[in-house]
Amino acid sequence: MTGDIVVISVASMGGIGAALSLFLAYADKKFKVEEDPRIEGVLQILPNSNCGGCGQAGCRMFAEAVLVGKVPITGCVAGGQAVVDGLAKLLGVEAQKANKIVAVVLCHGGEKEALKTGIYKGEKTCVAANFTSGEKACSYSCIGYGDCVEACKWDAMAMNDNGLPVVFHDACIGCGACARACPRFIIEMHPIEHKLFNYCRNKDKGAVARKVCKVSCVACTLCVKDCPQEGGIDMIENLAVLNYEKCLQDTDAPIKRCPTKCLLYGEEEKMTKAFYYASLKKPAA
Amino acid sequence: MDIILIFISAAIVNNFVLSYFLGICPFLGVSNKTESALNMGLATTFVMTLTAAATWPVWTYVLVKFNIPFTQYVAFIIIIAALVQFVEMFLRKSSPDIYRAMGIYLPLITTNCAVLGLALFMVLRNYNYVQSIFFGFGTGVGFTLAMLMMSGIREELEFADVPPVFQGISITLIIAGMMALAFMGFAGLIRG
Repeated sequence: MTGDIVVISVASMGGIGAALSLFLAYADKKFKVEEDPRIEGVLQILPNSNCGGCGQAGCRMFAEAVLVGKVPITGCVAGGQAVVDGLAKLLGVEAQKANKIVAVVLCHGGEKEALKTGIYKGEKTCVAANFTSGEKACSYSCIGYGDCVEACKWDAMAMNDNGLPVVFHDACIGCGACARACPRFIIEMHPIEHKLFNYCRNKDKGAVARKVCKVSCVACTLCVKDCPQEGGIDMIENLAVLNYEKCLQDTDAPIKRCPTKCLLYGEEEKMTKAFYYASLKKPAA
Repeated sequence: MDIILIFISAAIVNNFVLSYFLGICPFLGVSNKTESALNMGLATTFVMTLTAAATWPVWTYVLVKFNIPFTQYVAFIIIIAALVQFVEMFLRKSSPDIYRAMGIYLPLITTNCAVLGLALFMVLRNYNYVQSIFFGFGTGVGFTLAMLMMSGIREELEFADVPPVFQGISITLIIAGMMALAFMGFAGLIRG
């Protein structure tokens, strides 16, 4: 009797399994999806790092989108000129100039500049520390535990001896992972042509901002007056905000009278990987 | 009459998500956008209705008839898995965008406890074939309803001023708790 039950259960389970697999085999034939054979070709050109810098959910998604023309061939920020050329050749469209985008850390309030009013003993990550106000008195500043450096897969960032992240201008491929990792949104992605930046995000009034940090934007509006293009720099919420469409970035005139030197020109392109590691070996006098 | 009662009971009064806390993972995972929540709800409703339609004959004419009810979990899981596989093929062919929007949550319907729970409740309560199908369909409608309400609230939440410590998943769980509290108001209206 026991043997019967074993045979019956094995047979019924097998029968159910066989019936369902027949059904699925039929459905697979019926609902077969034809894939564009060019996807593989595009994938061979792409970096295949799935960095997400293009805004798609990975290189495969980008490949599918670029084939139907949803995104331009310059959409892959990580690939640079080589990928754009390769895609142009493969898809038979005109070659274009690649957009080079780099990350810019918009806070210069490091250990030396920012006032510290708190002691933080929790988990040493920016996301965790952001639930408190962190160690620095400025609640807009870089927290300094390096979530962005951790997020960078390209070895294009480091924490310097002043407790601030630096972006290596030559190594950054513009994927934007660091900008997404920063809980205070002080990292922005900018085209390589942008040279003038306000390295402060403190929206407090000038007197308050000045107390918490030596390099804060105090909203004095001198740069607004000194910008050669009308409307190139606006004062919004006690911050000098650059209007990159109007401000031509061809001169460092606006930064000359900046009292706290939070507005700087051409600072980013100095910081290459080689320059940074050379400066580590020979401490500046 | 009892068919309507079974349907309303499964969809609203004894809502699987908000009263029995079954199928919570897609309820929290795919409810950030109304569109994907609706599609997830529809896919799950489809799977649930078919599950009820397919497991009842297997239970009655195979497992009960040959006196092997101890294989019910295996049998039900195989049927559910095959149905989800079928839905996946179908969606991939007919609407690749929905297929992508659901991502991993689509295959996860296989182990969605609401689907297996539905098959087990159906057996436990001795429903007949028509009752079972309506029970499965009602459960799916209830699941879709919960998903839609959650996604609607979460979309509005994007514009709300949520305190930093509550942001993200914690406010979502608080809202889920409040919705369950609201559904407690239906408790006891219909038995079973």
